[in-house]
Amino acid sequence: MDYIANNVDLILAALGQHVVLAIVPVILGVIIALPLGYLAVRYRWLYHPLINVSGLLYAIPSLALFVVLPGIIGTRILSPINIIAALTIYTVALMVRVVANGLNSVDPTITQAASAMGYRRVRRLFGVELPIALPVILAGLRVAAVSNVSLVSVGALIGVGGLGALFTRGLQLGYIDPIIVGIVLSVLLAVLCDVIIVLVQRQLTPWSRIGGRS
Amino acid sequence: MITFDGVRKVFPDGTVAVDNLDLELPTGKITVFVGPSGCGKTTSLRMINRMIEPTSGRILIDGDDVTSQDDALLRRRIGYVIQHAGLFPHRTIAENIATVPHLNGVNKKKARAVALELMDRVGLDESMADRYPVQLSGGQQQRVGVARALAADPPVMLMDEPFSAVDPIVREVLQAEFLRIQGELGKTIALVTHDIDEAIKIGDMVAVFRQGGHLAQFATPQELLERPANDFVADFVGRDRGFRSLSFDTAAALEVDDLFSVATGGEVLVLDGAGHPHGWTGPGLGSTSNPTPLGGTFVTGDSLRLVTDLAISSPVGIAVRVDETGRADGVLRHDSLVRQLNARRRRRAEAESTS
Repeated sequence: MDYIANNVDLILAALGQHVVLAIVPVILGVIIALPLGYLAVRYRWLYHPLINVSGLLYAIPSLALFVVLPGIIGTRILSPINIIAALTIYTVALMVRVVANGLNSVDPTITQAASAMGYRRVRRLFGVELPIALPVILAGLRVAAVSNVSLVSVGALIGVGGLGALFTRGLQLGYIDPIIVGIVLSVLLAVLCDVIIVLVQRQLTPWSRIGGRS
Repeated sequence: MITFDGVRKVFPDGTVAVDNLDLELPTGKITVFVGPSGCGKTTSLRMINRMIEPTSGRILIDGDDVTSQDDALLRRRIGYVIQHAGLFPHRTIAENIATVPHLNGVNKKKARAVALELMDRVGLDESMADRYPVQLSGGQQQRVGVARALAADPPVMLMDEPFSAVDPIVREVLQAEFLRIQGELGKTIALVTHDIDEAIKIGDMVAVFRQGGHLAQFATPQELLERPANDFVADFVGRDRGFRSLSFDTAAALEVDDLFSVATGGEVLVLDGAGHPHGWTGPGLGSTSNPTPLGGTFVTGDSLRLVTDLAISSPVGIAVRVDETGRADGVLRHDSLVRQLNARRRRRAEAESTS
């Protein structure tokens, strides 16, 4: 593959941009979704509005969002911030429901037991509820991360797309090699994200893998 | 001492869960709250550590109103055990037990030492310290629940149906061990159950609740069985309460016949060379070499209930008493037993009417 040898710098730059564009929104999205998910559980009347609105956000076509967003948040059309903002919205849309479901999955007798032991609310959230919800939250995070990795490529259509730039280039030149490289790297990146989250989950929640009695 | 002073709880939907409850739970004793579902027993328990706040009235622990104290700090001084244990699935057994020391800022090493010591006390092997709750049986989890409640050495313990979720055999073992631990520690305990037999077995005092949050009777188990305050209590305590009330007295005062009475004639008690009873022989019974089994023997320390059961279930209607070494030293015929039980009841009634 002469293409790879001749374009190492370009491919690596695209890969680097792809990683940033995929990962930063995941981090931002989780930071925003955690409190929203908690609110949806804490105040039951907020649950349906929050879940429904986030579901609607997820239904907006990504390309449309990429195109409309600069007009809304006042960024330049070619700014990577557009992609980051759009993917953050998708992550939030997905993760609010996941966080709420994770917190709801905690057995209420356990949270009550925690209170009866003398846990105050905030410490109970971080010491008991979130850790127990973690398997559900991390399972959702795997979906969000993988979907972000693939959505970044769409950004290439508005000029900022990480590995997606290899697709557009391949199409414009009628040349298959960059497209294959783009696909392979994109899939590898998605798998890598997934594996990292699984490893983190194993490390953080050893208890969730032990089923039944030993 | 835990004092309920005119405590009333009305839920937002208007249900009166507890109505004007006055109650004193003695220090160092087990007080059992028992009653049918919806009688307010659990609500009463949970008002002690402010998981539920009373609508009116006061609850005092050693004279201090619980509502005047910070709720989280109050709860760390009150052990709490619930049905199904309610263990934290993401924490190891040792970490679960060390929950309250951990909340109180005790360092990890010391908290673990406390946890291991308590595991020993509740009969859990140290090798379980680093397992997770899901790896333990229901009975073991319940032991962890008790250990967790004891970890900060609280003077007061609240137990909400602690033995209900395990099978009857495990329950018996847990109850016996709980009584042993309580014998060593002497905590002031409030325990909720719907099982009157459990209440009578483990309670020093029993508070019987009835629907609508009324206290129907507050008495010792024996008093409850022998002198129920009203039809509700009599009905709730159950039909064979006369028989069960025999659990509280020993066979020490019973007069027995000597062994000559069963040496010849109809039923003959077969003894070995050392004087240990082996069984019965006689018409319709086994031979001397292969006698009909006794079905059991009693010693003076056994309960009247056991003796009565032996007399009824014996193939010849005679219970056999043995001494500490297992040698037969007397027999009790069921007609003699019934006469003595009747005389006992008359004496008690007379004693009560003169007091």
